[in-house]
Amino acid sequence: MSRLAKGGLIDRSQPLDFEFDDRRLKGYAGDTLASALLANDVRLVGRSFKYHRPRGILTAGPDEPNALVELRSGARREPNTRATTVELYDRLVASSQNRWPSLGLDLMAVNRLVAPLLGAGFYYKTFMWPSAFWEKLYEPLIRRAAGLGTASGLPDPDTYEKANAFCDLLVIGAGPAGLMAALTAARAGARVILADEDFRLGGRLLSDNPLIDDRPGADWAARAVAELASFPDVTVMARTTVFGVYDGGTYGAVERVSDHLTTPPAHQPRQRLWRIVAKRAVLAAGATERPIVFGGNDRPGVMLAGAVRTYANRHAVAAGDDVAVFANNDGAWLAARDLLRAGVAVRTVIDIRDTVDPALTAPLREGGARVLTNSRVIGTSGKLLGEIEVLADGHRARIAADTLAISGGWSPTVHMTCHLGDRPVWNEEISAFVPDRTPPGLSVAGAAAGKFGLSECLSGGAGAAIAALGDLSIRATLPATPRTEDEPRRVTAFWHVAESKGAAFVDLQNDVTAKDIAIAHREGFRAVEHLKRYTTLGMATDQGKTSNLTGLAIMAALTGKGIPQTGTTVFRPPYTPVAIGALAGHHRGREFRPTRLTPTHAWAERQGAVFVEAGAWLRAQYYPKPGEADWLETVNREVLAVRSGVGFCDVSTLGKIDIQGPDAGTLLDRVYINAWSTLGVGKARYGVMLREDGMVMDDGTTSRLGPDHFIMTTTTANAAKVYQHLEFCLQVLWPELDVQLASVSEQWAQLSIAGPKAREVLAGIVDAPFDLSNEAFPFMAAGEATVLGGTRARLFRISFSGELAYEIAVPARHGVGLAEALLAAGATPYGTEALGVMRIEKGHAAGNELNGQTTAADLGLGRMMSKKKDFIGRALSQRPGLTDPKRPALVGFRPVDPAQRLRGGAHFIPMGADAVAANDQGHMTSVAYSPTVGHWIGLGLLSDGPDRIGERVRAVDPVRNADIEVEVCHPVFVDPQGDKLRV
Amino acid sequence: MRKGSAPSRTCTDMRIPCPYCGTRDAHEFGYLGDATTRRPDGGDPFDQVHIRDNPAGPHEELWYHGAGCRRWLVVSRDTRTHAITGARFAKEPA
Ligand SMILES: [Zn+2]
Repeated sequence: MSRLAKGGLIDRSQPLDFEFDDRRLKGYAGDTLASALLANDVRLVGRSFKYHRPRGILTAGPDEPNALVELRSGARREPNTRATTVELYDRLVASSQNRWPSLGLDLMAVNRLVAPLLGAGFYYKTFMWPSAFWEKLYEPLIRRAAGLGTASGLPDPDTYEKANAFCDLLVIGAGPAGLMAALTAARAGARVILADEDFRLGGRLLSDNPLIDDRPGADWAARAVAELASFPDVTVMARTTVFGVYDGGTYGAVERVSDHLTTPPAHQPRQRLWRIVAKRAVLAAGATERPIVFGGNDRPGVMLAGAVRTYANRHAVAAGDDVAVFANNDGAWLAARDLLRAGVAVRTVIDIRDTVDPALTAPLREGGARVLTNSRVIGTSGKLLGEIEVLADGHRARIAADTLAISGGWSPTVHMTCHLGDRPVWNEEISAFVPDRTPPGLSVAGAAAGKFGLSECLSGGAGAAIAALGDLSIRATLPATPRTEDEPRRVTAFWHVAESKGAAFVDLQNDVTAKDIAIAHREGFRAVEHLKRYTTLGMATDQGKTSNLTGLAIMAALTGKGIPQTGTTVFRPPYTPVAIGALAGHHRGREFRPTRLTPTHAWAERQGAVFVEAGAWLRAQYYPKPGEADWLETVNREVLAVRSGVGFCDVSTLGKIDIQGPDAGTLLDRVYINAWSTLGVGKARYGVMLREDGMVMDDGTTSRLGPDHFIMTTTTANAAKVYQHLEFCLQVLWPELDVQLASVSEQWAQLSIAGPKAREVLAGIVDAPFDLSNEAFPFMAAGEATVLGGTRARLFRISFSGELAYEIAVPARHGVGLAEALLAAGATPYGTEALGVMRIEKGHAAGNELNGQTTAADLGLGRMMSKKKDFIGRALSQRPGLTDPKRPALVGFRPVDPAQRLRGGAHFIPMGADAVAANDQGHMTSVAYSPTVGHWIGLGLLSDGPDRIGERVRAVDPVRNADIEVEVCHPVFVDPQGDKLRV
Repeated sequence: MRKGSAPSRTCTDMRIPCPYCGTRDAHEFGYLGDATTRRPDGGDPFDQVHIRDNPAGPHEELWYHGAGCRRWLVVSRDTRTHAITGARFAKEPA
């Protein structure tokens, strides 16, 4: 056991059981999965991405590249989870990934033998040709050999939600700088949100455990958190990662509500996505330690010194029994000192520097450690680390060690200062990039600003809060700075041991070595963005938190340019991976978007209707009856019922816009291609409107209910778009017009009643004394009436089916009553399928033809375009390309062999010509089986179509392998004279 | 962009101060484009419909408050920073 006998911030009264690769292990509350694994001497945790090399735990935080596991099991399995950030809970189950058949014996490790093939640029070099090999051979091979964890493949049983928050000051990170900033702002009465990704707040105070006001730093942090919690306007959010900065002081954050529990509690989400709008923000994200690159630096047991210190001080875990240290800076010596104090054997401390402050070396020497200055580690050996090879003052020596704590210095966590495009600048003194310009409203404090000393963190946090609140005219006073001592922080830049033996890894997660960077340099991929893409440096899920700087420093050394001239790659959100589930929230499955239901939906359900999605709507598609073999039989029955008797259909989904005002007619004249101000009161008219570019935008029937009152209908799909367009016309184009609009689509249930017996049925619905006779209420009449004994209604004699037909609109709540009355009167309910069949039989253009690329002339409506007035789209509809008679135009099609089925999407090819794109003359837009004419019929856009009636062409459908002969015909298949409409 | 050459950035970026509804999230609005084109102004209609400048800097543009008051607004936005410095009803003269 590597658990220390005492100390740490774990709760020894709360032991927790957990499983890793089927081994039953024990940890404590306050552990991470990584600390608990180390406490159980589990050092081999995973296999690397490309070479399947054994890997252990490198870090103690979100920067971890190696220790990725599959957390939980079954549908809750979460691949690529960083063991270093997983809060241990009782009965946690995790397993290693990217190994086969087992972690200890990984047959895929053979990849190491072909490592020369998998080096920098290997994708580009190896898999260029032939391209057909990619899909069939290379990709499956790579996917099997390289990769990380696997998704469960099952629906996620948990929920995720989204929330918004607003504050004066958002503090990102609850280390010393962040806590001090939050305290300062809270005491000034500001609305504060303090967010930290960890489950315990305190940042490095928990890891380094310095004295603040003579008390342990962790205690000071706990007291600060308790004080913050006492303010009503302060929200402390642990387990919450602020992952991105967006426009307008908006910050994205993900709160892990239930990730530390076996399953989420009732009515709680697993995660919550926060959109935080902050007037000001202080970034106190701390710093990230970086490794030194040397041969064999990926062996399990090689860890960052700061992480070793965290495990000892915070989790009471000795990372090993026999520890060596290799560093270029003072911080690692303090880690070694803390280990000694905790009773862990530190036998060797290796520093690349010639001289190290005796105040640092003395305690180590006293503790029995060998101190090797001007020295470096050049290699390691053992499956798990057993031995290191050191070059000390020119001499090589092998030294036993099961843990090597390494440190190449610390880099401020500048990511979020760069999310809106700013770049950090190089600071020679700390050998790191520090923030320069920052997003509006965001300032930086503490280690994230490159101020590593504890007193600087505390005073910097307070100062940043005071400045931020000052911008908001909130007066804050500087709190007394707590007494503390700054740790020494000297560093000498050092990145890569040139004398390395064996592979020296820069990016551990993507298996990018120092040699790969040399190859990229040699082959000319020297710019950082090229280096990144050529070698995949920093492109793994850790986004190179521990490797980017080292990689570009090695490149800078190769090119001879300095690091500042070499520059960094762009930091983009998210700072750490965010689950897609959190981004989706409740918007999945049926709740992906709201579903709109027609007023008769529940009634149609009771009739056994089958529904179809039409945009956001669910509409009754057809109403099957017992004994009907398939949908086609049902639809045929519905069509024939309308054509021979009477049927009804809910058409409420059409957009309805109420248009009122003295200039309403003028507005319609300008938006429709045909004339409107001449329309008489009590009349309806079909209209077509164009976009400015001359293409058809929408069509529909509009009726004049009074001198200043029109009711417009739009297609279902374009209802919102047309409304917005009309508002644009009135507010932007012609503000002088006196017209008011209101969308009334939801307010009216509208049912179509169609068939030779429509008037007969309607007579029992419409209240007396309304005169339904053909003389009193002819085709295209519109008016107001009452129905069913006093229900207010609007009646339109319009027809989509080509039959004698009416549409009745009643207040939406009366829709079901109307449907029930029509059913009782003997009318047959029909759905959108029969509606579609009948409109194709009548040659009406619909969504398939109004596809944004057709003109009025293309649809056979060219003659509707008024020459006496101007209207939107008129000018551009006259462009030569749009008036070319060779343009595909709407005609009908019938199969030459009536037994053959037509296919929508088939392309028209002249008889005898090759079925190639050059001979394409248009395509079939809509098809249906017509029970009225007894065979399949189609509408399509054919070049020069109206002049080719009677001609035969091929309808070629390469997708479904169909190639049939069709005859071009008039698009109206049923009652071409329109006699049935007018009876 | 050279340091110091960018205009000052404000903290109101992608929220739009609707003169009717107050400051609202940009998601409530639909975007149309350049608010300074006049239709029709007697020029080439093709240019009027299709040709737009793509300025880097201050821009007057049309936004529609579809999820709010349904007013068309002229919004002043800096295309480099998304800083929004004003919004007025399109119906009213500037
Ligand atoms: Zn508004």
